[in-house]
Amino acid sequence: MTVLAALQGFDSLMSGDTVVAQNIAFGILALVMIVAALRMVTTSNVVHAALYLVIVLAGVSGIFILLGAEFVGVTQVLVYIGAIVVLFLFGIMLTRGALGEDEEADTEKRRMAVLVGVLVLVVTGGAVLDSFGDAAVNRAAPSLTAEIGDTIFSQYIVPFEAVSVLLLAALIGAIVVARKD
Amino acid sequence: MLLNQFLLLAAALFAIGVYGVLARRNGVLVLMSIELILNAVNINLVAFSAVRETVGGEIFALFIIAVAAAEVGVGLAMVLLLYRNRRSIDLADIDQLRG
Repeated sequence: MTVLAALQGFDSLMSGDTVVAQNIAFGILALVMIVAALRMVTTSNVVHAALYLVIVLAGVSGIFILLGAEFVGVTQVLVYIGAIVVLFLFGIMLTRGALGEDEEADTEKRRMAVLVGVLVLVVTGGAVLDSFGDAAVNRAAPSLTAEIGDTIFSQYIVPFEAVSVLLLAALIGAIVVARKD
Repeated sequence: MLLNQFLLLAAALFAIGVYGVLARRNGVLVLMSIELILNAVNINLVAFSAVRETVGGEIFALFIIAVAAAEVGVGLAMVLLLYRNRRSIDLADIDQLRG
């Protein structure tokens, strides 16, 4: 039984046709993610920032599963939490000068950054609220991984091959840039 | 669930990521904030995919995950090179190209 189906079954026990359980799960995930993201961009310890990033990425994975995109959610855990965060921790360790208590941005720059962030949030949020008033997500079943595979290897085969070449180029590029001569 | 709640969550994460990119001076922290922005975009893509009940958006999210992995690899290599040459990854110190 999938997580989505389990949550929907839970709903029918609790409240008939509304989607209470899904909304509660969303609320908890969203709250945790936003608090962790705010801590990530304000903490002065670089290692703590990486660990807060793990919480946000796990929350995004939970959101994907809530939306019925289970394959993307699992890939998120594998690639982001398994690989990218470890890469970040290695980067932090190799630049030891920045370890521990760290820089403080000057207050003028920080004030401008807060202004830009709030403006981005207000403009994007306003546009979103204006455009998608009451569109609802009520997916009957989670998307099938087989369907994703079929679509990638038929309709999206050219972008897929381009991504594989891009990964190869990035691999070679990273080695060339970081290599000691 | 409304579509809006996912889009607003993504907008909030995006704004926090923009703040991080602008306010931080440590190169590694700037790269982490860029990951936050890319994840906000992924939430949007998957949410639209769920509304339309197609897999197109999920496939684009997978592509973005792959591109983000490549970006972090190259970005961290550049930060390491910076640290090796200057013993600092403070982005405020990098101003050779300033006119």
